[in-house]
Amino acid sequence: MSKAFDSKQIGLFIASGIALCVLPFVVGGALGNSWVRIVDFALLYVMLALGLNIVVGFAGLLDLGFIAFYAVGAYTYALLGSPHFGIHWPFYVTIPLGALFAAFFGILLGTPVLRLKGDYLAIVTLGFGEIIRIFMNNLNAPVNITNGPQGINLIDPIRVGAADLGSPINLFGLSLPPVYLYYYLFLVLTVIVVIMASRLQHSRIGRAWVALREDQIAASAMGINIRNIKLLAFALGALSGGVAGGLFSAFQGFVSPESFSLLESIMILAMIVLGGMGNIAGVILGAVVLTIAPEILRDVIGPLQMKTMGRMLIDPENARMLLFGIAMVVMMLVRPEGMLPSKRRKAEFKDAKEAAAQKG
Amino acid sequence: MAEVLLKIEGINKRFGGLHALSDVGLTINKGEIYGLIGPNGAGKTTLFNVLTGLYVPDEGSFTFDGHNLFQAKPHVVVNAGIARTFQNIRLFAEMTALENVMVGRHIRSKAGALGAVLRDRRTREEEKAITAKAWELLEYVGIADVADERARNLSYGHQRRLEIARALATEPKLLALDEPAAGMNPRETEELKELMSKIAKSGTTVLLIEHDVKLMMGLCDRIAVLDYGKKIAEGIPEEVRKNPRVIEAYLGAAHA
Repeated sequence: MSKAFDSKQIGLFIASGIALCVLPFVVGGALGNSWVRIVDFALLYVMLALGLNIVVGFAGLLDLGFIAFYAVGAYTYALLGSPHFGIHWPFYVTIPLGALFAAFFGILLGTPVLRLKGDYLAIVTLGFGEIIRIFMNNLNAPVNITNGPQGINLIDPIRVGAADLGSPINLFGLSLPPVYLYYYLFLVLTVIVVIMASRLQHSRIGRAWVALREDQIAASAMGINIRNIKLLAFALGALSGGVAGGLFSAFQGFVSPESFSLLESIMILAMIVLGGMGNIAGVILGAVVLTIAPEILRDVIGPLQMKTMGRMLIDPENARMLLFGIAMVVMMLVRPEGMLPSKRRKAEFKDAKEAAAQKG
Repeated sequence: MAEVLLKIEGINKRFGGLHALSDVGLTINKGEIYGLIGPNGAGKTTLFNVLTGLYVPDEGSFTFDGHNLFQAKPHVVVNAGIARTFQNIRLFAEMTALENVMVGRHIRSKAGALGAVLRDRRTREEEKAITAKAWELLEYVGIADVADERARNLSYGHQRRLEIARALATEPKLLALDEPAAGMNPRETEELKELMSKIAKSGTTVLLIEHDVKLMMGLCDRIAVLDYGKKIAEGIPEEVRKNPRVIEAYLGAAHA
């Protein structure tokens, strides 16, 4: 549905556009390039979270192994653009290929779990995520494909024509380091993923997903092909996971199975739940907050302890996870529907509360 | 001779040791209101679920408007032109009334994921047509004023109507209603009766399950009676009412 935008919305749109364009300069100037790097990762996680949101938020299929698709995208890029096999295909081949591969794996996962839901689905997808990781870890013998736990090194950076995003580029007398260049690339792709997700949500397909989530039997009685619509959700979610994976590979220059642990899957799910499942703005907020917050804690906890107590009482790394865990628990108790829930979700939680109150 | 729309023969359905339907056969003609009655547990809803693809029958044959629907998936059945409502209303509770009906248009529209993402002209026009049709149907069943209300918040009578509108959105040739008058007060029942007559007059064949035998007698062109998973009578209401086996099934052997 195309609605006319009023001038206030256009103003807001332009302002946020400018803000996003100058963001790396502000962050880099104030906090240094390592923080621009964290912002880059935040964008990758936004893409991942939006992908998972299609599966979990829109279609209501709990997936605990989503990181597998990130891994598939990352390894596709790494294997086809590194000295490991001596293949150096350009990114505009390897990233789409990685995305398609991930989508294929999405269907591969989706097919056997068509009849499962809830807890059972979660367990199977969790296993699937681990299988992919363990494969990556062990496919170095008898034929060395993934180089096992050592991972793949010296992965090609993204090259656009003569420009190499892996080394600084001089533009109008300004030297832009790689973290800035990747920021803009990630930003463009994130915007594309956001538009895709939002258009899907407000379409015939998006409605079918909501119908599926609310009542599968009624959805099938409306003529929705349950198998196809579920597989479509898995494939499209995996697709954006695969894109993010390829970008991660190019950005990092190194991949190993360690990056694709169960904790990562859980983290992405936490971003969705914390942000507001099903609502795109909420999911973006969740991804940004959960990427940035632990880093802020890391920078703050150590010095704070030194200042107040004169010595390091708790290891900052442990304290960080502890505080983070407490924050999540409090959040779920106080605001279980997430920071920015969709209207529908909010209503669901309200109804559930009222029903519980009536019973109790 | 009326034209046959739906024909089943020798349908059997077992759940473990329970023989829920045994050798059930019936024919529904185009344009009629066909009633299915029977005591509790007679197999009415089971038969209904078989006719709409939710249950897979073990044996038998099932043809509808030239399609062979034996053991067909629900979405195939809907596509062929059978739409249904549920005894214990199954709306998409958190969607608005309008959105519920829009979901009903799913099978009669085409836009895929690519169309949704590109939002090309055809997709936009289709979306517009879906919305327009959904409004039209809400008006048809008389609940357009609550179009933006969430289905959960609608009154019971409105929910029933919304379910009918949603089923009609699939452009059925046969509309199958599972106890639509259950839990309704006499006024609501009367209004529902009018709605069903209106739908039948517009050319849609109606299949009706109902407990309320009186309602059925006044409304249906033909009636079939199920008892213990078997069809014990079929015919015009007058005949069925006088059939001793029907009286026995409903009132017990002593009254026969």
